[in-house]
Amino acid sequence: MESALNALILIGNYIVVPGLAYGCQLALGALGVTMIYAVLRFSNFGHGEIMSFGTMLVILATFALQSAGLSIAPLPTALLALPAGIIGAIGLCLLLDRYVYKFYRQQRASPVIYLIVSIGTMFIIGGLIRFIIGPQDRNFADGERFIVKASVFKANTGFSEGLAVKTAQGVTVLTTFAVVGLVFWFLNYTRTGKSMRAFADNEDLALLSGIDPDRVVRITWIITAVLATIAGTLYGLDKSYKPLVYLHLLLPIFAAAIVGGVGNPLGAIAGGFVIAFSELAITFAYKKVAGYLIGDGVLGDGLLQLLSTDYKFAVSFLILVVVLLVKPTGIFSGKTL
Amino acid sequence: MTKSAKTPGLARQQIARLTPSQRNILLFAGMGLLLIIVGVVQSWNVAFSILNMCLISAIMALGVNIQWGYAGLFNVGIMGFAALGGLAAVVVSMPPVEAAWAAGGLGVVAGLAIGIVTLLASMLIWRRGQGWGRWRYAVTGGVVVAGYVLMRMLIDPSTMAIEAVDSARTGYLGGLGLPIMLSWVVGGLFAAAAAWVVGKISLGLRADYLAIATLGISEIIIYVLKFEDWLSRGVKNVNGLPRPVPYEVDLQNNSWFVALAEDMNLPLVDASSLVVKICYALLFTVVLLAILWLSETALRSPWGRMMRAIRDNETAANAMGKNVTRQHLLVFVLGSAVIGIAGAMLVTLDGQFTPTSYQPLRFTFLIWVMVIAGGSGNNWGAVLGGFLIWFFWIEAEPIGLWFIDVLTSGLPPGHWLRLHLLESAAHTRLMTMGVILLLVLRFSPRGLIPEARR
Repeated sequence: MESALNALILIGNYIVVPGLAYGCQLALGALGVTMIYAVLRFSNFGHGEIMSFGTMLVILATFALQSAGLSIAPLPTALLALPAGIIGAIGLCLLLDRYVYKFYRQQRASPVIYLIVSIGTMFIIGGLIRFIIGPQDRNFADGERFIVKASVFKANTGFSEGLAVKTAQGVTVLTTFAVVGLVFWFLNYTRTGKSMRAFADNEDLALLSGIDPDRVVRITWIITAVLATIAGTLYGLDKSYKPLVYLHLLLPIFAAAIVGGVGNPLGAIAGGFVIAFSELAITFAYKKVAGYLIGDGVLGDGLLQLLSTDYKFAVSFLILVVVLLVKPTGIFSGKTL
Repeated sequence: MTKSAKTPGLARQQIARLTPSQRNILLFAGMGLLLIIVGVVQSWNVAFSILNMCLISAIMALGVNIQWGYAGLFNVGIMGFAALGGLAAVVVSMPPVEAAWAAGGLGVVAGLAIGIVTLLASMLIWRRGQGWGRWRYAVTGGVVVAGYVLMRMLIDPSTMAIEAVDSARTGYLGGLGLPIMLSWVVGGLFAAAAAWVVGKISLGLRADYLAIATLGISEIIIYVLKFEDWLSRGVKNVNGLPRPVPYEVDLQNNSWFVALAEDMNLPLVDASSLVVKICYALLFTVVLLAILWLSETALRSPWGRMMRAIRDNETAANAMGKNVTRQHLLVFVLGSAVIGIAGAMLVTLDGQFTPTSYQPLRFTFLIWVMVIAGGSGNNWGAVLGGFLIWFFWIEAEPIGLWFIDVLTSGLPPGHWLRLHLLESAAHTRLMTMGVILLLVLRFSPRGLIPEARR
């Protein structure tokens, strides 16, 4: 019995807890991608860099707050600095929309042109970020590091495996619930949110009923910028901030959006968790778990790892491939926004 | 109106009056002039190394143009296909490592065979199992997992044995020991095979799916090359690939070459490396011209007309009985093969295979800028774009550095802002490429050499 519980704690510590946090981060990212897709009808390749840009501003603001001696310990100071990053990211998105995307919207350009344009913006934002903060790693998490420490857990419960919960992980889950709740409330119960859904559903009918398209687009960018900054900051707090990483995050985020059905917010969130948990479950070495359940060395001395952690990004690709082959419209097909 | 305001207008009128072919000749002549200026001002060695890379870039751009210009397919995974070409250079030309083959060759081959059989079996079961309900998922999944576990059980010990064989010098299976020029064909085949798989999965769905799938596959190819040491030595790189052209040292020991260098009035070392580069340039030019001729012929043929019809109006072409998805797959495979050829040529030129050198910016997005700036849909445009953008890619850093130096000349030399800006100048490339891409798309979407009206 105790060894089975130990195995469970092991899985909880290495898959469930990090998976919840990572899933939240991906879900917030995919929600942004899916909103842009639903309203502007293209896959925004610049999304990763928008996340990175917002996070960079948060980091700079965090450093400023830290040197001013302000903190909200035990919580990380970055939460206090979030508004600065959000405002900056909103500004960036609105500028991009005004000077880049608006032109193509008026031209009614094909989605592929939007894709290329979004890659152009990805470069520019990426260059800007490396110009301002440089390409190196930044660690900006402060305050209390753990909510539950592995050693404390072991001492209190008497199990030989520990369960650790990082503050960043707890903050991630709580923030995500709050933000996602707000977004859904906004979409379903406010007039603006309803007009956005109408616009996403049928552009021509929405225009006919007097909805201002520019306003809808602006609000979509604002929500996207907010979501991207929060997702990027939470990811940065949990792991660490490095500009290149956000480019690599693009693939899991897109995979999450497609798994859930592009353009569907609920799908984006479900997709985020699907991707996160599969990534961790497939790259986890089950050797110790098997040791607890059926005894050491019964299954040989391999790591019992389906895929080495080097290939964790391949997992999102594999899931993407399976979804494209089996159900290209995603889990929640047919519904947008 | 003053006279000075009139003159540029006149010049523009004169340029506008040129026929398209005259204008193209002028553009290519200008490109040649840029290279000659580099040759005179810097050195001919620099000019020829830029030219060689220009030629390879032009071939890659041609490959992308086949996909984008002919069919409107958006490939964001150019890097992966180029890297597969590079792998072909290693697999074809390096001598086989006998000890490694003895240690684990059989296991790896058997494991890969099981992997392929599993894939085929699962596809067959999936196709047959339409009426099975939930069992369809369960059986297919079971076959995949069982086959995968079996494959890993065979491959894992073998790769460890291979990687243990003299890991400082080899630690991989090596290649076939064939002439490296053969790898240019094989690289094309490798890339074509990968493209077929990706295309089969993602073509026929929405346009974004191809983009995202290619982005994914290219990342995964690079990861495989980085971490599968038994195949490509991973981050330890493969050095000293055989060459299709003579070595500098052999030339320097050759009596007639020494006499030739004296005649040309060049130091022996410079002369030998120059001759090697010219040899490469000749080889690459032959390949470029061959692919260019093939592409142009294809574009003029009924097939090319059909491709344009599909690109411009898929629904209409479909209604005329053309299988759009199949033609897209064909064109995607062809374009990727050309990219693979260029990738193999690049590794041949470098003489070494470095998986870490494959960066999306350099291998995917730069090529895109070449195609868009050169003129999508026009092969000559893609070639010109390849030349021009590579040239500025190389020269952008010195220019950016100079620009920032001038910009901050008012600040004291040790000022933190000036230091920070100078330090970050290396990142100007990223931004410059983005700005060029957006500006061309906005203000001259047809590129330098627009697609000809037929």
